[in-house]
Amino acid sequence: MKILVCVSKTPDTTAKISFNADNTEFQSAGVQYIMNPYDEWYALVRALELKETLGGTVTLINVGTADDEQVIRKGLAIGGDDAVRIDAAPKSALFVAKQISAHAKSAGYDLIMLGKETIDYNGSEVGAMVAEYMDMPYVSYATKLDIAGSTATLMRDIEGGEEEIEVDLPFVLSAAKGMAEQRIPNMRGIMMAKSKPIQVIPAVPFEDLSVVTSYELPKAKSGVKLVQPENMDELVRLLHEEAKVI
Amino acid sequence: MQSNTSNIQKSAREDRYQHHDYYGIDELLSEEHLLAREATRQWVKSEVSPIIEAYADRAECPTHLFKGLAEIGAYGPSLPAKYGCGGMDEIAYGIIMSELERGDSGIRSMASVQGSLVMYPIYKYGSEEQRMKYLPKLASGELIGCFGLTEPDYGSNPSDMITNIKDDGDAYILNGAKMWITNSPVADIAVVWAKDEAGIIRGLIVERGMKGFTAPEIHGKWSLRASITGELVFEDVRVPKSNLLPNVQGLKGPLGCLSKARYGIAWGAIGAALDCYDSALRYSQERIQFGKPIGGFQLTQKKLAEMITEITKAQLLAWRLGTLANNGKATPAQISMAKRNNVHMALEIAREARQIHGGMGITNEYPVMRHMMNLETVLTYEGTHDIHLLITGMDVTGFNAFK
Repeated sequence: MKILVCVSKTPDTTAKISFNADNTEFQSAGVQYIMNPYDEWYALVRALELKETLGGTVTLINVGTADDEQVIRKGLAIGGDDAVRIDAAPKSALFVAKQISAHAKSAGYDLIMLGKETIDYNGSEVGAMVAEYMDMPYVSYATKLDIAGSTATLMRDIEGGEEEIEVDLPFVLSAAKGMAEQRIPNMRGIMMAKSKPIQVIPAVPFEDLSVVTSYELPKAKSGVKLVQPENMDELVRLLHEEAKVI
Repeated sequence: MQSNTSNIQKSAREDRYQHHDYYGIDELLSEEHLLAREATRQWVKSEVSPIIEAYADRAECPTHLFKGLAEIGAYGPSLPAKYGCGGMDEIAYGIIMSELERGDSGIRSMASVQGSLVMYPIYKYGSEEQRMKYLPKLASGELIGCFGLTEPDYGSNPSDMITNIKDDGDAYILNGAKMWITNSPVADIAVVWAKDEAGIIRGLIVERGMKGFTAPEIHGKWSLRASITGELVFEDVRVPKSNLLPNVQGLKGPLGCLSKARYGIAWGAIGAALDCYDSALRYSQERIQFGKPIGGFQLTQKKLAEMITEITKAQLLAWRLGTLANNGKATPAQISMAKRNNVHMALEIAREARQIHGGMGITNEYPVMRHMMNLETVLTYEGTHDIHLLITGMDVTGFNAFK
């Protein structure tokens, strides 16, 4: 069983988000980065569990600059065997998918896993794009994955219920909450990760199809308004004129 | 790591802590240091923060965390991998202690006693047989240890201890009592310092279940309420001679362990200070008085600006001490200076942070009063604030002023 897990670097969930003066770029100064939790807690940990029961290897792949190696090392500290870093800033989902598939095409993976989305741009696009480039089946938002022989059984959340899917290997899947439990690397794992190989390869040439013109922060939420129970007229007025829900 | 705490009730209150690194000290750290910090912080956020207020409130030790501390590798992380330990450097050890104490000084104490005061002396002064027998089990949390030096009548003056051993063929007969022993009521083994018939201090490994050995709990603490503390009482305990630590004699044995633990405290206290600062900073930005956040007022800014200044100085002190320790050059006096400075700094910051929180600061809705009460202990354990000053005084003048 040869598994590829795609991991990306995202700002920590407590990071303050701001943009440059013309709102075209994220301000990264002073921001703490983590491995995208969907990649880490669900895709990577389930991949490691499969390796532990079925044998095989778990390779991490990251499209990013040398700054991303701390995130890759964490994946190796949790239990990944080796890693590939495509040496380029991840400009867009299509760019990332192109780079991942360019590596994976000739590497013979049985399974390619990633999180259902990254917590920064929330695109949920890379998985489907990788599957398309690889000409493989794709299962999105999977919450459960079991493998018997060359067939995988998956559960995925759908509107109002769940769907059970069977698919033959190899395929691509995006993992959602429920797939696995968070694993925290221990100090021995961190030390062992130091000697695990990270192969750095150049990006393949690729012309992007879209550019970001600007970013905008959501409007700050206004505070809670308290209305006394006897003041029904005021409540109705606020619901009608301010909240505009009645 | 699978959570083994599913039956533990966790608070839904979110730990919103964010790291503060005003001088870019992270650039002085290696990838493994940053990973060790991230892993420990992740563990604290998921296992400690949701339960610590409730345990501190009940004055109960969350003993289920002993296993979790072992799983992340918090016991003896800088001891060799051969004994089941991390094989990391001293800065990594310091960073782990800082992150644990960011959660609670009591949780850090659980780990630093096991690592610095039990595993370290067995590693440093024990035989290879003793190392192989105890260290892997201590690293994995299968055994919990404690350290007995302080006595009811001998605290700052341990060399006059009365706990003693007498030769009795293939064993020593141990008599005496130790006081203020972290982890003692739950410990499987105790590293105990006692005088032999020649009056020389020796170290022994005393095991739970040896006849005449008891470890009653000390109640009524207003500090380190989530850490368990007790006594060690020895009444004619027969300790096999094979349990004597062969490679050290005299007070330098226990003091060597204390240097290791004090080093961890010098780092650990920064964690408590950072948590107080982090909470106070956020509160100052959210709390509105006179129509604006209180962080906009000069007196609040003075407090916050002085806090981050002192934290930054303490971080640099700890980093430099860690670099010296990695090269085997950190002197006991240098460790004393850092322990004293950083713990006092943290306690002052806890008090200032409490003021910024106003009335909320005295409740367990915020972590500051818990840290403040904990730090009152940290100020005097492992060498009091005053004794550490006198160690510096002796180091620079050449005169001993504490006896």
